[in-house]
Amino acid sequence: MSIINNFRRNRIKNSFSQFDRVLTFSVAALLLIGTLLVYAATKSWFASQGLDPQYYLKRHIVNIFIGVILAYGTTLIDYRLLRAYTPIVWGLAVLGLVAVLIPHVGSTVNGARAWISFPGGFQIQPAELAKIAIIVGISMVLAEKNDANANPTDIDVLKALAISAVPMLLILAQPDLGTVAIISAAILAIIATSGAPTRWVVGLLLVAIIGGFGAVKTGVVSDYQIKRLQSFVDPSADPQQSGYQLRQSRITIGSGGLVGKGLFSGPQTNGRFVPEQQTDFIFTVAGEELGFLGSGLILALFMLFFLRAFMIVRRTNDLFGRLVGIGVIAWFAFQAFENIGMTMGLVPMTGVPLPFLSYGGSSMFANLIGLGLLQNIHLRS
Amino acid sequence: MSQRSRLNVIVVQALVASLMFALLGRLFYLQVADTGKYQDAALSIQSRDIVTPAIRGAITDSSGTPFVMDRPGMVITIDRSIIDKLADTGTSIIARVAKLLGQKPEDIFQRTRLCGELPVASRTGCWNGTRYQPIPVTRDATQAQALKVLENADRYPGVDAEPVPIRTYPATAGENAAHVLGYVGSVTEKDLADPTKSYYRNEVLGKDGLELIYNQYLRGAPGVKTVIVDRKEAITQQSRNTKPVPGYNLVTNLNVKLQAATEKALESAVRRSKSMGYKADGGAALVMDVNSGKILAIASYPTFEPSMWEKGLTVAQAKNLYSDAAGVPALSRPLQGMYAPASTFKALSVVAATKAGYNMSARYDCPASVQIGNREFKNFETKPLGKIPMQQAIAVSCDTVWYQIAYDEWVRDGGLSPKSDLNDYFFKTAQGFGLGKKTGIDLPGEATGRLPDRAWKERYYQANKDFYCNFESRAKKSDLTPYLIAIAKENCVDGGKIRAGDAVNFSIGQGDTLMTPLQMVVTYAAVANGGTLYEPQVARAIIKPDGTVVKEFTPHVNGTAPLTPADTAFLHKSLRSVATVGTAAGVFASFPIHVAGKTGTGQVFGKNANGSAKDDTSWFASFAPVEKPQYAVVMVVSQGGFGAAVSAVGVKDIYTALYGVSGSTVDPKKAIFPDGIPSKLPTIDLRAVTLAKQ
Repeated sequence: MSIINNFRRNRIKNSFSQFDRVLTFSVAALLLIGTLLVYAATKSWFASQGLDPQYYLKRHIVNIFIGVILAYGTTLIDYRLLRAYTPIVWGLAVLGLVAVLIPHVGSTVNGARAWISFPGGFQIQPAELAKIAIIVGISMVLAEKNDANANPTDIDVLKALAISAVPMLLILAQPDLGTVAIISAAILAIIATSGAPTRWVVGLLLVAIIGGFGAVKTGVVSDYQIKRLQSFVDPSADPQQSGYQLRQSRITIGSGGLVGKGLFSGPQTNGRFVPEQQTDFIFTVAGEELGFLGSGLILALFMLFFLRAFMIVRRTNDLFGRLVGIGVIAWFAFQAFENIGMTMGLVPMTGVPLPFLSYGGSSMFANLIGLGLLQNIHLRS
Repeated sequence: MSQRSRLNVIVVQALVASLMFALLGRLFYLQVADTGKYQDAALSIQSRDIVTPAIRGAITDSSGTPFVMDRPGMVITIDRSIIDKLADTGTSIIARVAKLLGQKPEDIFQRTRLCGELPVASRTGCWNGTRYQPIPVTRDATQAQALKVLENADRYPGVDAEPVPIRTYPATAGENAAHVLGYVGSVTEKDLADPTKSYYRNEVLGKDGLELIYNQYLRGAPGVKTVIVDRKEAITQQSRNTKPVPGYNLVTNLNVKLQAATEKALESAVRRSKSMGYKADGGAALVMDVNSGKILAIASYPTFEPSMWEKGLTVAQAKNLYSDAAGVPALSRPLQGMYAPASTFKALSVVAATKAGYNMSARYDCPASVQIGNREFKNFETKPLGKIPMQQAIAVSCDTVWYQIAYDEWVRDGGLSPKSDLNDYFFKTAQGFGLGKKTGIDLPGEATGRLPDRAWKERYYQANKDFYCNFESRAKKSDLTPYLIAIAKENCVDGGKIRAGDAVNFSIGQGDTLMTPLQMVVTYAAVANGGTLYEPQVARAIIKPDGTVVKEFTPHVNGTAPLTPADTAFLHKSLRSVATVGTAAGVFASFPIHVAGKTGTGQVFGKNANGSAKDDTSWFASFAPVEKPQYAVVMVVSQGGFGAAVSAVGVKDIYTALYGVSGSTVDPKKAIFPDGIPSKLPTIDLRAVTLAKQ
């Protein structure tokens, strides 16, 4: 009994001290900056409306708190044992994704039916859960080899694709192309890393490109997405909606200059010229108020995070851990690129939040679970 | 772990790194390389200028009495960006506003249309700004009308009322002065785009006349409050607040009473001419100080109400301004009207003839007609007078004397084969007096007139040669008369040459010669003062509201006319005899002021719109008193008939007011300038005028 207790205590003690400190530091710094930015994005606007200026700040801190607990929880169980839970997580995600499509259950924000509303104003975005389910799920399938040096076969790849196809089609139906793109990037990275035949990587890349074009051409993509795409190419095409957002977003970032207007003092931000600023356009707050130095710091922190995460992935000898790790990295990296690139007019507009910075519960929880997974792999490599 | 797997991790890492560096690069571009552009864009999104218009300066006469000044008015605006979104695109709102203001809905409709929305032909009165600024439909609403709009905001969506300073015309002496004053209007997009002038959208600018020329002084500086707004246009902070600076006052050389008298004299001359059966479709009258070029009065007929812009120009009013039927009231005839000078030109012919060596004391034959080539040039009144002194030839306006002299000089210059060393006494004299050139008056749109000398003739020929040489195929059917065909043939061959007929016509101010009334008054002032060609000046000084003089306009000499003292003396004597024994003797009989002048009755070729032949141009150009000339007074009535009966009487009316003449005596106390033309600047007190009006 005492031995077991001792073992547990040791393990917990060890896990705290043995976390990758650089990874923890970079995420902590991003969370801190994100908290300030969410506050800056909402403070003066809410105050001018006679509302609680700290409304979003408080909720954001609660989200982080819950997220940190989830992340810590994720590190407790050996990730290799996590496979056991994968079918449950996958099942919950698919259920949630089906639920959002049911009228009166799912709520539509910005053209995408992506949220399930609960009484008390809480909303859950099942797609965030689906990201984890798919990454862990296909990693499991592709790593399930007795011989450590054997590469996945075509059958394994097909299985992995089958697992991801169901939630992805459901997300496509919302429609949330941005998330589909992120998951696709993660799947590609995992398959490439798994040692599966190269033709799969090349083939899937082609499918993604052709599928993207086809979706626009055949009308699978909804009007609002085509408008967003058009206004990316020509911001005057839809000047009232997405064109407006893109222009305002770019102006807000550009006007920050080298050192920015100072935290809480950005006139574009305080005037609320950029819509959705505490969520998808959080980076514009950094751009205007913290300038190139501040927003460059955010990019630097992301780079530090990825550098460290790749180190963890390379160190582990376990293929499953490596695949999960590479999947999480690809997810964060592609999502950060999509989000920041959108605010700067580099990629078309999509509705994805910026990992660790944007306001939003589901996304924050998923991101921190992702961090937990990386730490877990680190602890056990 | 397969080798491929390890390699692929590195590939993925490289891809992630490239994504991150792409972001960093773009960030650098936006925030460092190109930040200026975005900072400007952000500023224009966030900042709003609230502009309080400055009080525009007054335009006064030389005694400080205002012709035009600002008073508090009430502007009613319609916001197209709001009414366009209504179900009926604002039709009912426009109708309601029209009813409230007692105007026609069509007029309000027209005024609220962007010029680009209307066909080119029907743009009169259209709005020259954008859809997104409130469009003023009147600046002269009553308090009651404004209150109705403000208190019933639900019935007047997109309609607003606010106090603004507006131009008001006190007309203390009953003067109109519309052409010389000009008018003000809203800033146009072009003005706003001009980086050298920092105009604000709701400012008014001078559009014509003195308001245009001296806009920079009259305008003042609007008060600007710059505020930072949020997306809902709520003000979040204020970054600049300057008070409006009132514009400077413009003192002119004009005099309200003389201006009123001149306008009245012109109008009655036109009426008199009409009552005699002439068309009399317009006229001009000017009074100038011969010793400084100061314009003391300047009148144009027909005229218009200067305040109609502020009240909101109706479509009918706008069309009327340029309508032929109404006599094109927009035309400022003193400087834009061009007329054949006719016999008034003989003053210059005298100068040319003395230069050519003719003795002005000698007698010259004045037959009924002179044969020039195959054409017979007749006297205006075909009465042979025999050999008469030159002074009498001027007094009775004998033409044949000049036909002979001009023909002889033309022959001496080589006729149709001009010599290389041309004397061209007549052309050179006209050039010396500045004909065919602008006088440089401080008013916009001055015409040059036309001096048909050899160079002009050649230019004209080159431009029309093709037409003359193909006359039978190019001309209208109705113009294919044997006479016109013959003339065209002649013109085709040597149309670029001055022919005998041209030289002869030129000497009596006919043919292609055209002068503006302004050129005429400058010319006669030069004859009066011994040859100084002054630049006519309306402005006298720019004075700040506190009385500080900003700028004084001193007389400016454009040049010296080729006039010897002997010419001057002879012209004074002979032009005086026009009023004593000559063509205007009847008009000036027993008039106590010794006026010297010349009548002119100009033949006009061409037809009126209704096909009738054009009536003669009636001129009288003069100066007085002949002993010590002070004033030059000119009047012209186009299609007015005889110079004496119409214009000379009009000029006499002006002198009557100027000197305070009653009957055959002068009452110096009634004179416009009892102490002479004012040389001191007045003190301007506009409060008294404002109080009198309210």
